[in-house]
Amino acid sequence: MSAAADAHHDDHHGSGYGWKRWLYTTNHKDIGTLYLWFAFVMFIIGGIMALIIRAELWTPGMQITDPQFFNSMTTMHALVMIFGVVMPGFVGLANWMVPMMVGGPDMAMPRMNNWSFWILPFGFGILLSTLFMEGGAPAAGWTIYPPLSLQGGDHVPFMIFAIHILGVSSVMGAINIIATILNLRAPGMTLMKMPLFVWTWLITAYLLIAVMPVLAGAVTMLLTDRFFDTSFFSAAGGGDPVMFQHIFWFFGHPEVYILILPAFGIVSSIIPTFARKHLFGYSSMVYATASIAFLSFIVWAHHMFTVGMPLAGELFFMFSTMLIAVPTGVKVFNWVATLWKGSMTFETPMLFALGFIIMFTIGGFSGLMLAITPVDFQYHDTYFVVAHFHYVLVPGAIYSIIAAVYFWIPKWTGHMYDETLGKWHFWLSTIFVNVLFFPMHFVGLAGMPRRIPDYALQFVDFNQIATIGAFGFGFSQLIFLYLVVKCIKGGEKATDRVWEGAHGLEWTLSSPPPYHSFSTPPEVKAEHHI
Amino acid sequence: MSDAAHGDGYYVPHEARWPIYGSVGLTLLLCGFAVMLNGGDTGSFMMVVGLLVVVYMMFRWFGDVIRESEGGTYKHWEDTSFRWGMSWFIFSEVMFFAAFFGALFYARVFSIPWLGGDGAGGALSTNAFLWPSFEAVWPTNGPAAIGGAFEIIGAWGIPAINTLILLTSGVTVTWAHWGLKENKRGTLIFGLFLTVALGVLFVSLQAWEYIHAYSDLNLTLGAGIYGSTFFMLTGFHGFHVTMGAIMLFVILLRAMRGHFTPENHFAFEAVAWYWHFVDVVWLGLFIFVYWL
Amino acid sequence: MKAFTKPAAALVAALFTLAGAADAAWELNMPVGVTKISETVYDLHMLILWICVVIGIVVFGAIIYSVIYHRKSRGAVAAEFHESTAVEIAWTVVPFVILVGMAVPAAKTLVEMEQTGDSDMTLKVTGYQWKWQYEYLDDGVTFFSTLATPREQIYGETEKGENYLLEVDKHVVLPVGKKVRILLTSNDVIHAWWVPDLAVKKDAIPGFINEMWTRIEEPGIYRGQCAELCGRDHGFMPIVVEAVPEDEYKAWVQRMKGATAEASDEGMREWSNAELIARGKDVYASSCAACHQPNGQGMAPAFPAIAGSPVATGPAEAHLALVLNGKPGTSMQAFAAQLSDADLAAVVTFQRNSFGNASGDAVQPAQVAAARN
Ligand code: HEA
Ligand code: HEA
Ligand code: HEC
Ligand code: CUA
Ligand SMILES: [Cu+2]
Repeated sequence: MSAAADAHHDDHHGSGYGWKRWLYTTNHKDIGTLYLWFAFVMFIIGGIMALIIRAELWTPGMQITDPQFFNSMTTMHALVMIFGVVMPGFVGLANWMVPMMVGGPDMAMPRMNNWSFWILPFGFGILLSTLFMEGGAPAAGWTIYPPLSLQGGDHVPFMIFAIHILGVSSVMGAINIIATILNLRAPGMTLMKMPLFVWTWLITAYLLIAVMPVLAGAVTMLLTDRFFDTSFFSAAGGGDPVMFQHIFWFFGHPEVYILILPAFGIVSSIIPTFARKHLFGYSSMVYATASIAFLSFIVWAHHMFTVGMPLAGELFFMFSTMLIAVPTGVKVFNWVATLWKGSMTFETPMLFALGFIIMFTIGGFSGLMLAITPVDFQYHDTYFVVAHFHYVLVPGAIYSIIAAVYFWIPKWTGHMYDETLGKWHFWLSTIFVNVLFFPMHFVGLAGMPRRIPDYALQFVDFNQIATIGAFGFGFSQLIFLYLVVKCIKGGEKATDRVWEGAHGLEWTLSSPPPYHSFSTPPEVKAEHHI
Repeated sequence: MSDAAHGDGYYVPHEARWPIYGSVGLTLLLCGFAVMLNGGDTGSFMMVVGLLVVVYMMFRWFGDVIRESEGGTYKHWEDTSFRWGMSWFIFSEVMFFAAFFGALFYARVFSIPWLGGDGAGGALSTNAFLWPSFEAVWPTNGPAAIGGAFEIIGAWGIPAINTLILLTSGVTVTWAHWGLKENKRGTLIFGLFLTVALGVLFVSLQAWEYIHAYSDLNLTLGAGIYGSTFFMLTGFHGFHVTMGAIMLFVILLRAMRGHFTPENHFAFEAVAWYWHFVDVVWLGLFIFVYWL
Repeated sequence: MKAFTKPAAALVAALFTLAGAADAAWELNMPVGVTKISETVYDLHMLILWICVVIGIVVFGAIIYSVIYHRKSRGAVAAEFHESTAVEIAWTVVPFVILVGMAVPAAKTLVEMEQTGDSDMTLKVTGYQWKWQYEYLDDGVTFFSTLATPREQIYGETEKGENYLLEVDKHVVLPVGKKVRILLTSNDVIHAWWVPDLAVKKDAIPGFINEMWTRIEEPGIYRGQCAELCGRDHGFMPIVVEAVPEDEYKAWVQRMKGATAEASDEGMREWSNAELIARGKDVYASSCAACHQPNGQGMAPAFPAIAGSPVATGPAEAHLALVLNGKPGTSMQAFAAQLSDADLAAVVTFQRNSFGNASGDAVQPAQVAAARN
């Protein structure tokens, strides 16, 4: 590749050196790096909040937190993890990889790309600053249901505006990604040749643009109900608190697929690479992703089975929710078929991807159980739900991001990471993540409600196990931090292709790739997508 | 690919200085607003500073883009990105309005009838135990008659006139576009001028109507669910018309300076799209807020 | 369905007996409960669970097999196949059929659960931050039910009791074998009324009423909790249902009615300061201390202190008015409907003369009665 040749003299074009380079950068790789580090920092912050929760739940009784502060921790933990870790993490990966994968020069709107990122630390600055305000941080759960969320103290408008800012960031990021995918593909890169990561991100970006504004509308109504006398969520004026839930979950459910579709894309890149075999059923993977996205708009009220909807509504949302298992199953089966009769090796990215498939599926199964309305009356708002969504989010979304970092970091830095440490990271994480979240199924079924700082005596044993798992899982991530820093600083030189079974345009660039990915669009040959 | 624009390559600007101004400005603006809402007295000052920073940022940022555009930096390739960008941005706006329309429909189809005792589950009891004298009608300010008795603004007065104004402005902007494509600068400028004028007229009538609502009809944001949905929908729409009119005005100024060519004038088109979008939202409002 | 789930249940039971933990602390599964519905729900739960387990075994089995046998280090060579429409159709259709198999019994159960008609009695439940109010609409009994676990247990100053956090001052007594229609609503924020053994859970929403029903088959005491985040003490508003035979229920109703009559007599007479303060102390502990704290210091900044409060040391009328009407938009609720005249008089008097407040004055029940109008 000619681009590879000028990698070096090109390295520092752009905005010069030092902090200005990062502040003013328009480069998709720099911005990707910023996003990824931001996500990591937020992961530590959200993780520390989770550890505070777990520490309080170590044993019955109130030990280290006040109940109000505990609720703030639950709320902030979720907001930070979802909006600060998984979403920016995926956007960071998209920034790095999408232009390289489609053979483009950069993102379609590089200046706006800078803004999408830089607005985030400000948004989170506002959100986190509420921890120090009169009345404490938001404490009504990440779902901010009124009227409770309107009872908050000074934080209310700050939280709402922070959510607006995060929404603006996501929408700008999503628009950029869509424009890049639709417009900057190299000649010959037809839609049905795009890598699945690109496909899943295209669909995710669509979901983002469709639902983030709805969330913005919902929180705007909260603002006016609190400060401008409107009655959207108050029966006295003809509104309904449940109306907020409908609007929120119209955003919220597609949101959870926003948190998983890019993960599907990552896994669909990693599995074929290490099985040394083409991805099975490429086109059905694409259609399945699109079906999931479509269905995600008509299932929202499965979060609200207990609000007292009419029977017809409950039945409709139960059936539509169950249907999602079909396209998701198609994805899982296609991965298994890709593994089947492959020639597998088990480098760290592959381990995390395999862990993903199994544990995500476990989370999917509990999701299906939750979809069964009459039984959800028992599960709803218990730790069974907490177990469900952590299985799809932690060994799901988070694992996929970790897998992606291992998979692509040799490309990014030009160095191989330490494989032994990577294996330690995987095995410790996987053992502890199950110690952490599996017992939550049991306490949930046995009747432990979620969002409580103190619990009855019969739940103590499984809670202690979970807490041990939490600290174990948290500290295992230190290995990852160390490994990443070490890999950036140096290590064995990575080849351009890096992995024996790797296919796709990104692997035709040098490791590390030149500052501007493809100055001249590459020629795409028939089998590039696989 | 070190230089700004080169050959057939895609244009990747060197650095983006303005976004960080935008972030700081927006943060100041919103935090100032939040402080104000909480009753703090530095809030309004922060808001003004934030707003100034944002406006400055927009001037500089758009200034750069306009310079690049007029300097011929953008070719077909970049142009397509802008088109995608604008379309998806408008889609996001549609979804923003969808939230408020959703609230309107939900209230009319579900919550009001339930409060009035009509519906499955506990609707009967809701009415009998909690709001015994409430009858489900629309418009309403709810069973507690929040805000007291009010009157509404009928569809066939100013709203109908405003509908005509906006529809006409859709025609004039198209006429201006036709002028631009035919390279008839006079038509372009006059068409734009008319569109801006109609936009301003619309907003003025809307403002007049609001004053009337507040001072004569007791129709306020606090008038229960009717007032809430009415003012939020029409208010956000009015805000969008105002923004659209400002954007059109900028385009008008640029047209007067001789910007745009018959082939290359996406800025014009983007604003025209936006204008049509605002127009369509109004039709929805006219039908569901004022008329039905 | 039964045929399949019963052995399944036995298997789970066997599993945890094996683990040497038949003890309740290691409870793994959903309770079977004491109503027909709860049994059906349990069976449905087990059915879906086992279907998932079986699918899981197949899928994970295939992965593990492949990981073991199709590894490069074993000399496996990658096959070439990567597409098959037939296979794709098969694994779309088969799960779909399985899902239909689940959906049918689920829908049936759901329809049954929604039949709130022909009930024998109606119980109205209102959620408050953070207690429950129960109104027996047919029998004219009304009372509040609050957490009975002492603070000392929560803050680890004494040993925790057997029903830690799941005990209340007044049980909801219900007759067995009767279809009870439950009306749910709330006074402030959304709560949810949930008793696992009855398999009922529904939200209590301010301004709306939700309905559900239950028919308890076995006498006993069944415990549950609020299941919707409702603020600071969401974890501290349990529910205790006591199911008794019908005649016992009738007797209980008579007793409760007597107590109400007594309360209204109390409201008529003149009370001494000491009497009021003594009574007020109890009322304060059960109704106010959750927010204003037992020591009257409140919890800054959300919950103001009573000690030295301008309201509690200012004019008595304003103090009483605040407690009667609450402060809209805050969690300080209107206590007019919650407490009797005597209780209100007592708690206000108590607040005015405790925690260092020494106004020395008293509020009489008769004053409260007057202030109500
Ligand atoms: C990444 C995020 C993510 C993902 C992917 C999912 C996936 C699913 N979720 Fe989950 N969910 C959440 C995140 C997610 N969820 C969160 C955060 C909450 C809680 C929010 C809150 O209240 O705070 C939640 C809550 C939640 C509820 C509400 C519970 C309650 O509050 O009472 C429900 C109910 O239906 C549900 C269902 C499902 C279903 C059916 C899927 C399906 O998509 C799963 C499909 C996958 C499979 C089924 C496995 C693979 C399939 C096969 C191997 C095929 C064959 C299988 C069969 C035929 C069974 N979820
Ligand atoms: C992507 C989303 C995501 C992720 C990754 C996590 C990760 C974790 N979550 Fe969270 N969680 C949610 C999303 C997520 N969660 C949501 C949506 C809710 C619902 C909120 C609500 O009810 O409103 C929730 C609620 C929730 C609860 C229920 C709280 C309640 O109901 O009151 C609990 C309790 O155990 C919990 C625990 C954890 C733990 C232990 C982790 C761990 O995986 C975290 C491990 C990570 C770390 C510990 C940080 C990294 C560590 C290092 C880099 C090492 C160095 C640092 C130190 C150890 C100091 N979470
Ligand atoms: C659910 C929480 C809660 C409970 C229970 C509660 N209060 Fe309050 N109370 C509040 C809050 C919040 C305020 C502050 C209202 C405001 O913002 O002015 C308050 C304020 C007060 C004040 C005024 C204090 C001041 O200086 O402003 C008095 C007096 C008071 N409450 C008495 C009572 C009494 C008597 C009871 C019990 C019968 C009680 N409260 C129960 C939450 C509660
Ligand atoms: Cu009441 Cu939670
Ligand atoms: Cu969902």
